[in-house]
Amino acid sequence: MTAPVDVSTALPAKFPQITPRASADIPAYNVPMADAVAVLKTLRDEFAYDMLVDVTAIDWAEGASPRFTVVWHLLSTTRHEYIRIAADCASDTEPSAPSIVSLWAAADWHERETWDLLGIKFTDHPDLRRILMWEGYPYHPLRKEFPLAGVETEFPDPEIAEVSGGKVIAAPMAGGPFVASPGEMNLTDAEPRAKDESWNEKREKPE
Amino acid sequence: MATEYQFPDSAAKTAAAEQEFQTERLSLSMGPSHPSTHGVLRLQMELDGEVLTKCDPVIGYLHRGDEKIAENMTYNQFVPYTDRLDYLAPLANNVAYAIAVERLAHLEVPARCQAIRVICCELARISSHLLGLGAFGIDTGAWTVFLYSFEEREKLYRLFEELTGARFTTSYTRIGGVSRDIPEGWTDRVLAFCDQFLPRLEEMLGLLTRNKIFMDRTVGVGVISKEDAISYGLTGPNLRASGVPLDLRKDKPYSGYEQYEFDVPIGTKGDCYDRYLCRGEEMRQSVRIVRQAIANLPGGDWYAKDAVRIFAPRKEKVLTSMEELINNFMIVTEGPQMPAGEVYFEAENPKGALGFYVVSKGGGVPWRLKIRSPSFCNLSILPKLCVGSMVSDVVSILGSLDFVMGECDR
Repeated sequence: MTAPVDVSTALPAKFPQITPRASADIPAYNVPMADAVAVLKTLRDEFAYDMLVDVTAIDWAEGASPRFTVVWHLLSTTRHEYIRIAADCASDTEPSAPSIVSLWAAADWHERETWDLLGIKFTDHPDLRRILMWEGYPYHPLRKEFPLAGVETEFPDPEIAEVSGGKVIAAPMAGGPFVASPGEMNLTDAEPRAKDESWNEKREKPE
Repeated sequence: MATEYQFPDSAAKTAAAEQEFQTERLSLSMGPSHPSTHGVLRLQMELDGEVLTKCDPVIGYLHRGDEKIAENMTYNQFVPYTDRLDYLAPLANNVAYAIAVERLAHLEVPARCQAIRVICCELARISSHLLGLGAFGIDTGAWTVFLYSFEEREKLYRLFEELTGARFTTSYTRIGGVSRDIPEGWTDRVLAFCDQFLPRLEEMLGLLTRNKIFMDRTVGVGVISKEDAISYGLTGPNLRASGVPLDLRKDKPYSGYEQYEFDVPIGTKGDCYDRYLCRGEEMRQSVRIVRQAIANLPGGDWYAKDAVRIFAPRKEKVLTSMEELINNFMIVTEGPQMPAGEVYFEAENPKGALGFYVVSKGGGVPWRLKIRSPSFCNLSILPKLCVGSMVSDVVSILGSLDFVMGECDR
C-alpha cells in the first residue's frame, strides 16, 4: 500500500467538511459526527492508520453546548504517525456516536468504557454493557456533575437482588481514596479536596 | 460380607449413560480471586467438556476512578497515582506521565534528566518482566523461576529505594524533571547489578526455554495473528510476539531513546512461547540500554531550570530568596501552570504502550485526563483468544499476556 504521506492536504481534499483542530502535538481534525465512520475508515484503508489506540470522550461541563466530544486516536504501525479525530455529539442530554467495532475490534472495550464512565451511547455496538462499574449502576461517574466524593448507591442493583434473593446493600465506599471511615463522617468533610458540595449524599441533586 | 449387586438391563444402561454424559454447557466462573488471574480478573467461561465455547472477562474490581481524581488535583499531585497503574513498573509510569504533561507545556528537559529517566524505565522493564516471567513459570508448573526472579527483583527494589526513597511507590518524576538527582555511587551499583544479572537471567531462561513441560504448555497455545494483534490494539511484547515490529522507543523516540543502540525482538508465531521469548530478550536489551546510558551519562541539570512556573525551585533558594519563595508557593498551591491545549503521548512501557491524553483549559488542573492502559487493550482479545482452548490453556494464555489489573481498571 502506497500511502500518501501528507495527510494534512490529502484528507481535507477528500472530506471538505472537516476542519483542523487545535492540538499541541499530533495532527487533529474536527469531523461532523455523521462522517466520523467514513473518515476513520478512509484513514485506515487509504492512509495506513491501521491501529486504533484509543477511544474516549470529553465532557465540557453542564451547560456547555456541544457538551460532549468523542475523540479517536489512531496510529500507523508502518509510518509511525498518530492522528486525532474528534466529533461533537449532537445531543447534550443523550449523547450518542456511531460505533466502529466493525472497523477495529479494539473499539469494543473502549466504547463500553466511554459508555460506562461518560454515558455516550454508541449506536450499533454489538454489546454495549458497562465494563468498569457494575451493570445497573445508576450514574456515569466521569461526567462533570458527578461529585468527586462519590454518591452512595445500592449494590447490587435491586433487580438483580430480586432475582437472586440477595440483600441490597450500600455500595462499599470505605477504602476509597476520599473516605476515612464509613458512616461516621460526611464524605465531603472527610476529604476537603472534594470541594464540590452541590450534590452529595446529604444534598439532593439540584434540578 | 459380599454385597449383592444386580446389573441393570441394557436399555436402562443406555439411558443412564445418556444422563451421565450430559452434553449441556457448563458455566464456570474463574476469579476474581484466583492465583492464575494475576489480580482481580474474573473470567465468565462457558465450557463444553473441557473446551471453552465462550469467555467473557469481567473487569473493574480494582476501579478507583483515577481519571476522575486527576481532574481534581494539580499535575504534580497526580504523579503518585501513576505509581498505582502498572504497579510492577511505577518508574516507567511516572516517566510516561511526566513526558505527556511536558509535551503540553512544550517543555524540554535537560539531557541528564532524560538519561536518568531512560535508566529508570529500563530497570522498571527488567523488574516487570522478571515478575511476568516468574508468574508465568508458576502458571505452567515451574516454581523455581519465580524464586530466582524475585531475588533479582529484590536487588532492583533496593536500587529504587536508594534512588527515590521508596521501594514500590516511587513517584520519582516531577513535571519538568525528577524529584532528586541520582545518589553518589548509585550508577556503579546499577552496573554491578547488570553484571551479575545477565548470567542469572540466562540461568532463569535456561530453566524454561527448552523445558519439555513448559514447551508443551505454551508452544502453539494462544496464537494471535498479526492482523488480530493490530485490530485489537495489542501493544508491547504481546504485539511484537505476533510479528509486528512496533516499538515506540525505536519508532517514536522520546526521552533520548534514539541515542541508544538496542534490538527489538520480534516473534514469528504469536503463541505463548513467543511472548515468553520476547520478554526474555527484552531484558537483555534493557541491560544494554542501561549500560550505554550510564557510560554516557551527561552532567548538568536534572530539572528544567528555566521553567520557573512549572518546576519548583531548589529548597535552599526558597528559604533565602523572595522571588523563589513566591514561585514555590504558587507551584505548590496552584500547581504548575499549563497552557490550554490537548496532547496525547504514549510511552513504550513494559506491558505495552501506556498513553496519556491530557486536555487542558489552562491553569494547574487538567480538564480531562484519559489513561490508555496497555493491559486493558491486551485483555480485550481474551473473548476471541480463549474460545476453543482448554481450561488449562487459559492459564497459560493469561500468564503469557502479562497484564496488571491496577492498570486495566484504573
